[in-house]
Amino acid sequence: MSGTKKETGFTFTIDGVEITAYAGQTIMEAADEAGVYIPRLCDHEGLRHQGSCRVCTVKAGGRSVAACTQPAAPGQAVENETPRLTKMRRDLVEMLFHEGNHLCPICEASGNCELQAMAYRLDMTEATRFPYLEPCRALDASHPDIALDTNRCISCGRCIRASQDVDGKGIFGYVGRGIHRRVAVNGENLADTDAEVTDHAISAEVCPVGCIIRKRVGFAVPIGEREFDHGLIGHDIEEKRK
Amino acid sequence: MSELPKARIATASLAGCFGCHMAILDIDERLIELMQLVEVDRSPLTDKKRFTQRCDIGIIEGGCCNEENVHVLHDFRRNCDVLIALGQCAIMGGLPAMRNAIMHSDAPLRECLDEAYITGKYIRNTTHNVPNDPALPLLLDEVYPCSQVVEIDYQIPGCAPSGDIIFDTLSKLLTGKFRGFERDMIKFD
Repeated sequence: MSGTKKETGFTFTIDGVEITAYAGQTIMEAADEAGVYIPRLCDHEGLRHQGSCRVCTVKAGGRSVAACTQPAAPGQAVENETPRLTKMRRDLVEMLFHEGNHLCPICEASGNCELQAMAYRLDMTEATRFPYLEPCRALDASHPDIALDTNRCISCGRCIRASQDVDGKGIFGYVGRGIHRRVAVNGENLADTDAEVTDHAISAEVCPVGCIIRKRVGFAVPIGEREFDHGLIGHDIEEKRK
Repeated sequence: MSELPKARIATASLAGCFGCHMAILDIDERLIELMQLVEVDRSPLTDKKRFTQRCDIGIIEGGCCNEENVHVLHDFRRNCDVLIALGQCAIMGGLPAMRNAIMHSDAPLRECLDEAYITGKYIRNTTHNVPNDPALPLLLDEVYPCSQVVEIDYQIPGCAPSGDIIFDTLSKLLTGKFRGFERDMIKFD
């Protein structure tokens, strides 16, 4: 007798590699378990899937879908690391760099930043074809333990979901529409909210960039010895395959 | 001994801190190896202020913050077959580009100059004027990355780039073997 899990399990392929999935799993969840990395920025383990950054776009059934929200389907052939998809992801990441003010040399998140690490992984090294938008965005240092530098925000909404779903607070939320959509604080500034440095939303893992800053710890680990200085983003997932 | 003619290289520092030129020296003893392949034309390393002849490779540190930077960059594009942007300032403006977007400011350049020369708490500027000597090159409204002024062929990332990535890229370009960077060498900091 095989286990009950086996009965509901099915297989599909990503770039020709056979992946086992269970009913209700997304393409990305099944891929992560199997050790196949699909690049992502707005998705984070433990948070509800949102599917907004589109960096995880894969081809499934001839259509472009967000791997973090699309349920895996039996027998489906999914394309992940094709030159076309990699180029599209690189363009998306490049546009995120252009939409905000992302100056890696002055950013305390450099080396721990998922946006930067994604640019490394996707070989974002060619001369840019896009203009820099250079928006004037606010810095909120009102809170005694936390600062927000919204120049670096990529509107992924991970802090919003972490605050609502994990902390049960709702400190952050989206405001505006279209290109004007931004992550905002639910109050005049951060000091007016019940944000605490111990919140999951404020923790180092939730903000993928250097927007949410925990004061007085920024350079405890020096540049050059940080997470993505020692390995490409996603290598922890890819190592499961070996 | 090879009798191949040496490739000619020129370098310049625009709106940069000269850190990328220092990084060129981080190539260390491999400089001797590199000098077998190249001759340095116009460059702060040779103190030559003008091109003596057409160059194979031009290396630019820093972006464009004033009109002189733009003239030098155009001169390099005209006189070099391959133009390389070296470091984050040349690639995306870098630290000087911080003056392009200052919080709540509609005139960031004015605000930057005011704070630097007039209103800043810790300055000792007895004239209370922003320097305006005619010999000073005119500032641009913004700091521009090199690729927004001329066509750039290759960009070597880093602040400053490591001696390894500079040596690796130059030696591969000179021998026609450059096919992109090793992933673990790509760093923006």
